[in-house]
Amino acid sequence: MFLGIDIGSSSSKAVIINAQLEILGKAVFNTGAGTQGPEKAVGAALREAGISGDEIKFSVVTGYGRMTYDKADKQITEITCHARGAAHMIPSARTVIDIGGQDAKVIRLDKDGKVENFVMNEKCAAGTGRFLEVMARILDCSIGNLSSLSENASEEIIISNTCTVFAESEVISQLSSGAKRENVAQGAHKSVAKRVAGLGSRIGLAPDVVMTGGVALNKGVVAALEKEIGQKITVVENPQIIGAIGAALYALETASKLS
Amino acid sequence: MDKNISSKQVLNDMISRHYKEALEAKKSGELVAWATSIVPQELLETMDIKVVYPENHAAVLGARKDAPAFLQNAENNGYSNDLCSYARVNIGYANLKESAAGNIPMPDFIFCCNNICNTVIKWYENLAREMRIPMILIDTPFNHTFDVPEHSVKYIREQFHHAIGQLEQITGKKFDHDRFQEVMNISTQTARWWKKATALAAAQPSPFNGFDLFNYMAVIVCMRGKQEGLDLFKLWAEELQGKIDRGEGPWKDQPEKYRVMWDGIACWPHLADTSKILRKNGINLITSTYPDSWTIVYDSDDLDAMARAYSSNYANRNLAYGAGNIVQIVKDFSLDGIIYHSNRSCKLMDFRQYEVQRQVQEQTGVASVIFDGDQTDPRAFSLAQYETRIQALMEMMEQRKNERPGGQ
Ligand code: SF4
Repeated sequence: MFLGIDIGSSSSKAVIINAQLEILGKAVFNTGAGTQGPEKAVGAALREAGISGDEIKFSVVTGYGRMTYDKADKQITEITCHARGAAHMIPSARTVIDIGGQDAKVIRLDKDGKVENFVMNEKCAAGTGRFLEVMARILDCSIGNLSSLSENASEEIIISNTCTVFAESEVISQLSSGAKRENVAQGAHKSVAKRVAGLGSRIGLAPDVVMTGGVALNKGVVAALEKEIGQKITVVENPQIIGAIGAALYALETASKLS
Repeated sequence: MDKNISSKQVLNDMISRHYKEALEAKKSGELVAWATSIVPQELLETMDIKVVYPENHAAVLGARKDAPAFLQNAENNGYSNDLCSYARVNIGYANLKESAAGNIPMPDFIFCCNNICNTVIKWYENLAREMRIPMILIDTPFNHTFDVPEHSVKYIREQFHHAIGQLEQITGKKFDHDRFQEVMNISTQTARWWKKATALAAAQPSPFNGFDLFNYMAVIVCMRGKQEGLDLFKLWAEELQGKIDRGEGPWKDQPEKYRVMWDGIACWPHLADTSKILRKNGINLITSTYPDSWTIVYDSDDLDAMARAYSSNYANRNLAYGAGNIVQIVKDFSLDGIIYHSNRSCKLMDFRQYEVQRQVQEQTGVASVIFDGDQTDPRAFSLAQYETRIQALMEMMEQRKNERPGGQ
């Protein structure tokens, strides 16, 4: 059995696969690096798979917290793991968009699903999950409900600041001058979409475009992004665990090379 | 030169002597100039004027982690933190005049050449104005054409003549044209040996050890017109050739797995961390655009050629040259990857970086990565982000190696 762990800045994911590439266990916890999240995710995935830790032949850790997690056999970056996971789930994928807690990346894959090139957000948290969290807080809704809130938008609102802190005060003043929460929620999605589309156009968005990571669950962002890039986006099933799936696939591959 | 002394020792000794002598010269009443990094120093050397290079000094303060106080001082005085951090460190230093990391004498005049960027013009103008000292400017217009146009050559050559007049006035001495020929000769030879030594990095494995290039650069910046500079690069080349003959790579305890170039300036305050992470991943940094930047060669009796050489710095040349230059480097040095430093300070270098990356990728297929940092401002860099990008680059390079026949 092979274990992949993905420790992000705001969540921890674990996936267990067997040699036939079947997923036996998976878990997501909403706390990330520096918390008990990784342990809990691994524990839950083991329980779902119905196996003990001893039965894991090889494990790979990925994500922002990979450097400080010392229980895995190997660590690989989230860029390589997301690419691998996405290409495994959707072999026709040539572009992977992953929006995580504190970074956003666009990865180009070659025809074999290997990383050809990638770009990540630079300098700040604009265009990341953190931006959406801040917006959700001001709008007094949970991050999970931001998307449904935006569905009832009636008018387009532009959030012009890319800086998350400045955008926060911009939105507060829009709300106090009567802007509707629904419209602001949609504006927030659009803001993220614009940033990520900008990143993507730098390396070219070849079809099929696939989206992974927790933010892919937000339909509002996906729709805004499709509009920005003028292409259809396929959201992988269980987008949150794609990095962990990639890590588990590498665990299997590394173990078979070693033996 | 004593054969038992390594070029590294000579280098360190030369740099500390360079600064010490400048301070002493100032004390004994000699004239001191502050100059930009790729100036026609031949004119100053001919006049026997002591020169210090604020960019190099700022880099030293950065590497010794003493930049923040000067950055802060400049910002407190109203300079935006968007301004190049070399400029901010130097402007702060001109005000505070004291650093535990090393001092330079205050200038009697400024010698500025904008073949590296236009930021230097305003930065130096401000210094000259605040200190009420003269400024000599050699204006090298940006080359929108691939080659330096003849009208620019003429324009720059005439400025050399004008600058000679200004120097005669400032020093009260006559310009010695025979000595000028001599200095031009040495400068060209030093540049040739700098190029020769840095080109030896192309051997496999490379005899270069990671950030060597950034260390030796101090001498090509500060001592290009001096015999000792020339001797140092000869010695260095000899040592490197010895390593190549013995088949020695960069490290004793691990092989060179991947060969990369670094585009842009080092992150001086994080030099140790940035190089450690490369090494951890088996990545050897063997070259950059610097070897060519200081390869200023021309015939010593030809002022037009000298004008052309000073205008030909890659930062002063068009996109086609910039991308083509890197494509050539990838081939000459058999590179596996490129690290692009998106440097918050240097707008000029960042401006075309994405496009250069795209063109180089298209033409060579070599793996590359861009990371955010700054040359001297430690605040504009995240080690974790750097590490993720470098490791991802390593993983891309590994994948490509594995796909090649024989896995090499
Ligand atoms: S770092 Fe860039 S902006 Fe600063 S002096 Fe050098 S070339 Fe000019």
